[in-house]
Amino acid sequence: MEETRKRELQAFAVKIRMAALDAIHSRGSGHVGGALSIADVLAVLYGGEMKIDPQDPRKPDRDKLVCSKGHAGPAVYGTLALKGFFPYDELRTLNRPGTRLPSHCDRNKTPGVDMTTGSLGQGTSLACGMALGDKLRGLDSRVFLIVGDGESDEGQCWEAFAFAAAKKLDNLVVLLDWNKRQLDGWTDDVYPMGDYMAKFQAFGFDAVKVDGGDVAALSGALERTRKGEGKPFAIIMDTEKGHGVQEVAETVMNHSLPVSDEQFEKWTAQLRSELAALEG
Amino acid sequence: MMEIVYTGEMDPRMCKTVLGETIPTIAADDPDVIYLDADLMSCIGTGKWAKENPGRAVNCGIAEANMTGVACGLASAGFKPILHTFGPFASRRCYDQVFLSGGYAKNDITIIGTDPGVTATMNGGTHMPFEDVALYRAIPGATVIDVTDPACLVSALRQCVNRPGVKYIRVGRKQYARVYADGSELPIGKAVTLRGGKDAVIFAAGIMVHEAMQAAKTLEGEGIQAAVVDLFTIKPLDADAVEHWAEKTGAVVAAENHNRHGGLYSAVLEVLAERCPVPAACVAVEDEFGEVGPQDYLQERFGLTAEHIVSQVKAVLARKG
Repeated sequence: MEETRKRELQAFAVKIRMAALDAIHSRGSGHVGGALSIADVLAVLYGGEMKIDPQDPRKPDRDKLVCSKGHAGPAVYGTLALKGFFPYDELRTLNRPGTRLPSHCDRNKTPGVDMTTGSLGQGTSLACGMALGDKLRGLDSRVFLIVGDGESDEGQCWEAFAFAAAKKLDNLVVLLDWNKRQLDGWTDDVYPMGDYMAKFQAFGFDAVKVDGGDVAALSGALERTRKGEGKPFAIIMDTEKGHGVQEVAETVMNHSLPVSDEQFEKWTAQLRSELAALEG
Repeated sequence: MMEIVYTGEMDPRMCKTVLGETIPTIAADDPDVIYLDADLMSCIGTGKWAKENPGRAVNCGIAEANMTGVACGLASAGFKPILHTFGPFASRRCYDQVFLSGGYAKNDITIIGTDPGVTATMNGGTHMPFEDVALYRAIPGATVIDVTDPACLVSALRQCVNRPGVKYIRVGRKQYARVYADGSELPIGKAVTLRGGKDAVIFAAGIMVHEAMQAAKTLEGEGIQAAVVDLFTIKPLDADAVEHWAEKTGAVVAAENHNRHGGLYSAVLEVLAERCPVPAACVAVEDEFGEVGPQDYLQERFGLTAEHIVSQVKAVLARKG
């Protein structure tokens, strides 16, 4: 990947982190860790990989995103706001009465949100149905499904993955956010799920593992999914929960955190200087 | 057109045959209709059609929660999914998916749960839902149908595919007493008065409609005029009809192939309590799990017979004063 392009995507990821923190800080607390860990993949997806139109968010042949770990809503909202699906200032309405930005993603409330999620596991089957529907309609589109590693404890995920392979949904791209932590701590302590590569391959996926904080690696992996050959894709993203904000990443229990004014100022100042370096 | 043709005779067709014919017909009329099943196509005779029409039918394997989510994803892509599996799997097994991926997310789907309550017969207690109506009634905006006979099934299914929200149709695969002429149109949400009467009213649904008609006949012989009203739509309930007949007769019995908690009886009582509090009683399962056996045995075992309705009508009349 060309250096300018790489910096552009990295800058977008930093902006997504700032936007997500802005939304969460406006309420004083929220799902910080899991929002930060998917900022890089959202930057690559919405920074060019996905076929989308902010002016026509329900266009049938668009590419679709299902953020099945629906609690990462603030990262998705930050991305959508930055892409112009709705005004940036609206991010600060997160979880306020009557808001279009609830803590978990809702397709009926937020422009650009393609599916309602939040009850973990359910987005996986929904994404399969969306991918199947687009295939039956003959649409040239892909469905991207972000699944949490903790979320994959849910049996429904594996029903859906079996279905995706059985029905040859090669327009489905599973993006596993392997951030190694869930609400109660390290996944290996709470509920070890073993080798995701082996699992996805055994389920019949075209699977790869990439550094989920590396926009170039993510871009390369996603590029391969543009043309399907009868198998659904799985990209196991080796990520860090809280990635991009050192203090958050170093807090083991960072699933949901309070964000004080001081922390917000400090973290955004760090991100701002990172952005300046990337854009300088 | 709606014509009541009840004589007490069984309709010669099995409902599984009717389903096997109706689903392909509805799909042929509407290219957006898609049918999903969880490895039970052979139980309702859709398997051959599904094989011949791979783009219109999806066998999702024995994975009902996933099937429901897939159907909801298809609905978001503009399809009108019809799902089928046995009643317990069409309700308990996939309830959270129906509730959230369907109802909450506004993905409109039609679910057919076959062999509700005692019609599960030889599959026994594990397959015998006495609580499916209660579960579906609790989903905001849901439509809940307990099928009366083949004509009712066809009419309900045709309407459901184009109705918003979550729609649940419970129907036994075997024969029902014929109540309506073929081609009858039974508007969802509208009760049908099958028989007038001034002394008491029996509100019935599903297999209990036939029992109610038989009970009314027996009661007539004893000088008691019992009206029979078919409440095949349990939600949205025809509250005006319930109020009308409760007011007219002053004595209510509800008869259902379901637990007394949360089903038709509860729905009727909710109306009576607010609009016309009169003595009421039910013929329903008394908070028990199911068990195995032939349907006539099970109806007797759980008290779902015309005789039980007769005695409940008399009991409620005694309280009428």
